[in-house]
Parts: sequence; C-alpha cells; structure tokens
Amino acid sequence: MSMEKELIRHLLKKPVTLRYPFEKLPPVKGLRGKHVWDSERCVGCGLCARDCPSSAIEMIGKGLTAELKIYLGRCLFCGQCEEGCPRDAIRLTQLYELAESDRKNLILEFKREST
Amino acid sequence: MSSIIKIPFGPQHPALKEPENFMFKVDGEYVVDVTPRIGYAHRGIEKALEDRTYIQDLYLIERICGICSHAHTTCYTQAVEEALKVDVPPRAKYIRTIVTELERIHNHYFWLGIVAHEIGFETLFMYTWRDREIVMDLLELLSGNRVQYAMNMIGGVRRDITPEISSKIMKGVKVLGERMKYYKKICSDDKTILARSVNVGILKTKDAISLCAVGPTLRASNVKRDVRADDPYAAYDEIPFHVVTYDGCDVASRIATRCDEVIESVEIIRYALEHLPTGSIEVIVSRVVPPAEIISRVEAPRGENLHYLRSNGTDKPSRYKVRSPTLANLTALCKMLIGGYIADIPIVIAGIDPCFCCMDRLTFVDINNDETWGWEGEKLRRYGIKWYKKQ
Repeated sequence: MSMEKELIRHLLKKPVTLRYPFEKLPPVKGLRGKHVWDSERCVGCGLCARDCPSSAIEMIGKGLTAELKIYLGRCLFCGQCEEGCPRDAIRLTQLYELAESDRKNLILEFKREST
Repeated sequence: MSSIIKIPFGPQHPALKEPENFMFKVDGEYVVDVTPRIGYAHRGIEKALEDRTYIQDLYLIERICGICSHAHTTCYTQAVEEALKVDVPPRAKYIRTIVTELERIHNHYFWLGIVAHEIGFETLFMYTWRDREIVMDLLELLSGNRVQYAMNMIGGVRRDITPEISSKIMKGVKVLGERMKYYKKICSDDKTILARSVNVGILKTKDAISLCAVGPTLRASNVKRDVRADDPYAAYDEIPFHVVTYDGCDVASRIATRCDEVIESVEIIRYALEHLPTGSIEVIVSRVVPPAEIISRVEAPRGENLHYLRSNGTDKPSRYKVRSPTLANLTALCKMLIGGYIADIPIVIAGIDPCFCCMDRLTFVDINNDETWGWEGEKLRRYGIKWYKKQ
C-alpha cells in the first residue's frame, strides 16, 4: 500500500466534516437563498413572473399596486428573477435553511404596506 | 462444457445511481455478449424545451446533468448566440472557460473516487472526495451554488471574477493540482489499482475510432481528439494547452488520462486568470431568435457534447436535440466488456464515466441450462472484490 504515510499523517488531524446542526459553515457571499422584495422599488412590470422557469412567482395586480407571491416549494433558486429585475426590487438572500413541516409556510406573500 | 448465462444489469434505482439496463451473456467467468437497453431515464426534456422560452430553457438545459451542467449550458448559449449573431465579450469567454475547467476538475476528482470505490479501495475514495470539496467551494464562491452554477446567460456570464475571488481560485487550484499529482503516483504504483486496471476493458485505437468513442475514453486509446483543440470555443483558441493521450487502451490509461487532464486544467485556469481581459461580461440580447439551424459542440468533462437548435423566429425553439457523451461511448463500452471477466463489469462501466452509472441489478443467464439469476450492482461490486482476492 502506498498511502500509509498519508494515513499516518492524518491520524492526528481533526475530521474534515462538520457536525452540521451544531456547527455551520458561514454562507458564501452571493449564495442564492430565500427571496426578499422591496415594495418601494417594484414597479410591477412582471418580468420576474414571466421568466421564472418553474412558474414559482405569481404577480397579483398590475403596475405600482402589484403584489408578489413566491412558491418556495417550486423555486429552483436559479436567480433569474433577481437577474431580470430592472429595478433590483427582488433579491436572493443567504438564508438557506428553508425546510418547513407545513406546505403553506412555503408560500411567501409580499404585501405593500400603504395599500 | 461451457455454460452461457444471461445477466440483466439494471435498470431501476432512483436513489443515487442512474437507471440503465445491460443484458450480459456469460460463459463461466467470461462475458460473451452484452446488449445495452437505454431509455429508462427519459424525462422528455427535448419536448419540454420547445414549450419554454429561451431564457427558461437555460435552466432546464442546466438540469440535464448535475455534474456537467456548465458544459450543457455553454453548448446551449453558444447555439443561441450564433443564431442571434451576437459576439460575446472576451471577458465572458474567459470566465466561461474558467468555470468549464473547474467543472472538469470537479468531475475527474468525482470519477476517480468512484473508480476507487468500484475496485474496493475505499481509502482513495474518501481522500479524493475530501479534496473535491475544495473545488466545489470554489465554484460556490464564484457562482453561488455548488452544483447548478447558473453562470451562463445568453450573451455572456452572470457573475464577474473579482481579484479577491481570483486569488482564492489560484490558491485552491494549486492544492488541487498537487493533490492530483500525488493521486496519479498512487494510481501508477499501487498494486491493488494496477491489478484491477491494467489490461482491463481493452478498447483498441482502431475500435475506438470506428465506434466513435469520445472524450477521455477515446484519448486513453491514443487518439488525439479534443473539441477544445480541434474546434476551439470560448477562450480555448487563446489559451495554450496539451491534449493528453495514453496508449494503454485500458482502464489504467483512462485513470492516467483523467489525472493528467486535471493537471492540465489547473494550468488553463492559471493562464486564464492571469490573462483575464477587462471589459463587460454580458451583452443585452433580443428575446426573439431569428430562424436558423445551428450545431454546437463543447468538450464536456466526459467527452464531446453536441447540441442542435432549430429556431423559427419566435421566443421558443422549434426543435432542440442533445447528444450527450455517454451515448457516444455506449457502443465502445460494449466492445470493452466482451471478453472480460464478470468481476470487471463495474470497473469497466465506471471507466467510461457514464452518466447513468447504474450499478443496479443484473441477471445472469447460463447458456447451457438457461438458468437465470439476478444481482444488484452493489452485490456485483462485492463479488468482484472477493473474486480478485481469491486470485
């Protein structure tokens, strides 16, 4: 066996894996996670809903009064909505632990405050 | 007297490895004949592509394959850009090349681990997969995801490489290159690996050409053919690199070819990062593609990837066809298996780096008394390891 030296060298090292729920890696900058929506910036053009490859975004209403509904269960986290938005109103945050025990909680409903 | 046994191999196991069926005819320990049966993983992707717009298709194309997702999207964006008659900025071309090569490193590390696992060398499997994490972290840093990078857009790439990311990639690939040199030494020295790979799964140069093998499988049979060099795309016409070939024509040569390709990829990434042009990374393109018929090729980690696009002047393609490298290598794979031992089936199939990799279930048929029995891939793997221990 030619890997003995390597194996002996690693006897004194820590395991490379993390004990996940207790230890977590910090998410990288630019990770594609849960969505946030800025109601003040959104003009309701509907590009995000139109380009979404899995129809996970629903735009309720039109123009400046439009509101957004995102079905996280269908989302691919490809980031096309963020990329296509001309006003940067929709963004993906670094929140990645999105498991829910109830399917209803997987629907994000964004409302406008003033209306 | 000899007895020929039929062994169905595959197809279903939804958990880890993909479905595929092989019917083997065996005579004692020798494989006499093999018939592959494909189509178990048919997902209707080509039809689905026709129902979606070009922007949505980008993400569906990416999901054809998990490991070579960037190769598929590069091929697709190239085809659409050619139909649109758009020139991609040079910086975007370089970034595409860097991601493609990182993906190649990822794939070959992954493959080396699988080969080690198939021959029962679990130590090497664990170490290669540990080192694979380095390249996956780099890809995550660059694109925001470990596997489905979504880096390509029609008309460029989505994310830029900052100097900070560039220096991290430089550091990462240096470690990966050094580790691969070490693994290459192990693969050429270690008795276990040599006993299981030298003169196993022979594919002669003549057969490799006549059966249209592609990628590292072809290059391990001493045919110098690589889309990156023969029909340069992205930034490959500006980057110097060698096409790795070996003349062993067996699994050992396939291992050596892929090890050397990783070392070559490291050099390509280094060169590309040092010579990264400045400028924009994308151009705005129209959503509607004029009528055209385009063939696009890229060298995916597993071999030549061929896409065909027919557009009809709307925002949806009227026909899209994908020929992935595994399909091209399938006939060559049958040639390699015939005449070999049953115990070598897992390593020879893994040797072409198949994208179905379905070590699922197989049936053996005895030619004398038509006796049939079935084995799962895992059982076959164990059988192979045990059989070689007895030798």
